[in-house]
Amino acid sequence: MSTPPSSLAPPILEVRDLAVSFATDQGIVQAVDGVSFDLRAGEILAVVGESGCGKSVTAMTLLGLTRSPNARFAGTATYKGTELIGASDAQLQRIRGEEIAMIFQDPMASLNPVMRIGDQIVEQIQAHEDLPDERAHERAVELLQRVGIPRAKQRAGSYPHEFSGGMRQRVMIALALSCDPSVLIADEPTTALDVTVQAQILQRFRELRDETNAALILVTHDLGVVADVADNVAVMYAGRIVEQGTLDDVFYDPQHPYTWGLLGAITRIDRPRRTRLPTIPGLPPSLANRPQGCHLRPRCPHEHEHCLQSPPLVARVPGEDGHLDRCWLEPERKRRLRELEPGEIGLRPKDVSPTKPTRDAA
Amino acid sequence: MARFVARRLLAMVAVLFAISVITFTIFNVIPNGDPAYRLAGKSPTPDTIRQIRHTWGFDKPVPVQYLKTMEKIFGGSLVSYSQNLNVDDQIVQGIPRTLSLAIGAGVIWMFFAIALGLFTAVRAGRSADRLMTALAMVGVSMPVFWIGALMTYYLGFKAGLFPNGGYVPITKNPIQWAYHLIMPWTALSILFIGVYSRVLRGNLLDTMSEDYVRTARAKGISERRILLRHVLRNSLIPIVTLFGLDFGAVVGGGAILTEKVFDLQGVGQYAAESIAQLDVPPVLAVTMFGAFFIVLLNTVVDIVYAALDPRIRLS
Repeated sequence: MSTPPSSLAPPILEVRDLAVSFATDQGIVQAVDGVSFDLRAGEILAVVGESGCGKSVTAMTLLGLTRSPNARFAGTATYKGTELIGASDAQLQRIRGEEIAMIFQDPMASLNPVMRIGDQIVEQIQAHEDLPDERAHERAVELLQRVGIPRAKQRAGSYPHEFSGGMRQRVMIALALSCDPSVLIADEPTTALDVTVQAQILQRFRELRDETNAALILVTHDLGVVADVADNVAVMYAGRIVEQGTLDDVFYDPQHPYTWGLLGAITRIDRPRRTRLPTIPGLPPSLANRPQGCHLRPRCPHEHEHCLQSPPLVARVPGEDGHLDRCWLEPERKRRLRELEPGEIGLRPKDVSPTKPTRDAA
Repeated sequence: MARFVARRLLAMVAVLFAISVITFTIFNVIPNGDPAYRLAGKSPTPDTIRQIRHTWGFDKPVPVQYLKTMEKIFGGSLVSYSQNLNVDDQIVQGIPRTLSLAIGAGVIWMFFAIALGLFTAVRAGRSADRLMTALAMVGVSMPVFWIGALMTYYLGFKAGLFPNGGYVPITKNPIQWAYHLIMPWTALSILFIGVYSRVLRGNLLDTMSEDYVRTARAKGISERRILLRHVLRNSLIPIVTLFGLDFGAVVGGGAILTEKVFDLQGVGQYAAESIAQLDVPPVLAVTMFGAFFIVLLNTVVDIVYAALDPRIRLS
């Protein structure tokens, strides 16, 4: 594996066979199905996939945020020796914000509209540390400065609606950093932001990792973001990880046809322009009713005699031990398929218009 | 803020003008509305009628009559047709009684509605919630004249636990004041507790699924703090609207049934009795008095809004 030197250190978070299902009117929705990964200090792990593939549920389950009377959990997630999935509310409450902090997708809706942002940060600090009001407030202002909020002292007294989207996301980051967490989970942190702000936020993530050696789980559907910052990548599809490895493994030697499709659907300025952006035909399956065997089977043009059996997530490429995938196709055959023009290698482009919204519309 | 209040005061003048004109007109056009006949007593002579018309000014054009009446209301010299009593004095006498009823009941119904709303929202879908939902429905379905009558009969008359009727000013004896008002407060509150707790429960459940509540939980603060600081605060706004309107209506004499059942002799009861006698001057005065409080409370509600939600600007 080509992970940074920290790969020798023991992981601070070990997730094993995590499964989450919800009882709904449509039946049992298996949102997450047997997800396993390790996270080491200073590592940036990107979890990618289409909407509804279970990546956000995986992230939120680590902090117990998906707990509800109709949710069922299986598997384990061990943070520095503490089991998170079965943890008591009191245990989780201590870990939340202090050990593992989360940054949510929509900065517009994720801050309390009727509380001053300084107070929202102070609240979190005081939940974990016995700090007098003035000290906690000073710390909140420092945090706001650190994430690049100008005139932080005055702005701490403002309400969320007085901030732009990018500034609110910085506030969310300041909030997440307020207790120096060891693990930061960012769920689509830049989706609602325009491209320049997005680049600034990602830069902050990298700097923070370098400053604090915190580990970051970056949940996103944006492969451009992944290529920018990630050390390791897990590709999810229909509740399962279908490919997992270092950034180089997954981006330069992708093994799963779904990954090919995702990579083929990126706009590239170094390739001749097409009339249509390549897309993956069809839709992801309903999580209440997933196809038998390989979940991608109905959308995949490649066939193998075992496609009706569920492929295990194992290393298949000789010499790439940490590079796992869930596709029956032999690595040699995959290599031949990938020799073809990108866009035709994976899931064949269909004559449908791209559904991905332009990111700078925000 | 100052401009906002000034504009509201101006609007209040307009509302009071419109309401007084409408009320005055209604009582002038309804059949059997000629006050001269009622003032004259049984089988009056045409001369007496003419005499009365002249003294009371009923022979003047309607707009002139309206202006005269308004002048008297604000000058404090308006008298009722039926008893020849000063209307403003009668209202002033009723105000402490009505205000006592409104404030006490308001505190009680808000307190229990918030408590019950929180309780049922936290236990949404469980048996405690279902039981309380059923109770709230029962509460909503009990009219004041019925529950009030039951209370005065069983608790007041039969058991002798509480005094039936009567009013003791708070300045004279606060304990007796509250003791005499417990039954009216309870009767008036029951309906409001039912309605308010249901509305609040719905708001709380909506707010609980907001993203910022998830953020609050991810911060590692206690569930209690999440509920009170993040959920409740954001759920109170619709309740504040309701409260402003209902409280204003009760202060303005709207709790007619409660006042009547417990013989509180407040503004509402005075209005009800005046209406029964088609006694225009008190009805007009009480209507304007009520409208004044409703507009006033609405203005207060808007100010409270801005305090509760910084996104709302007073403009």
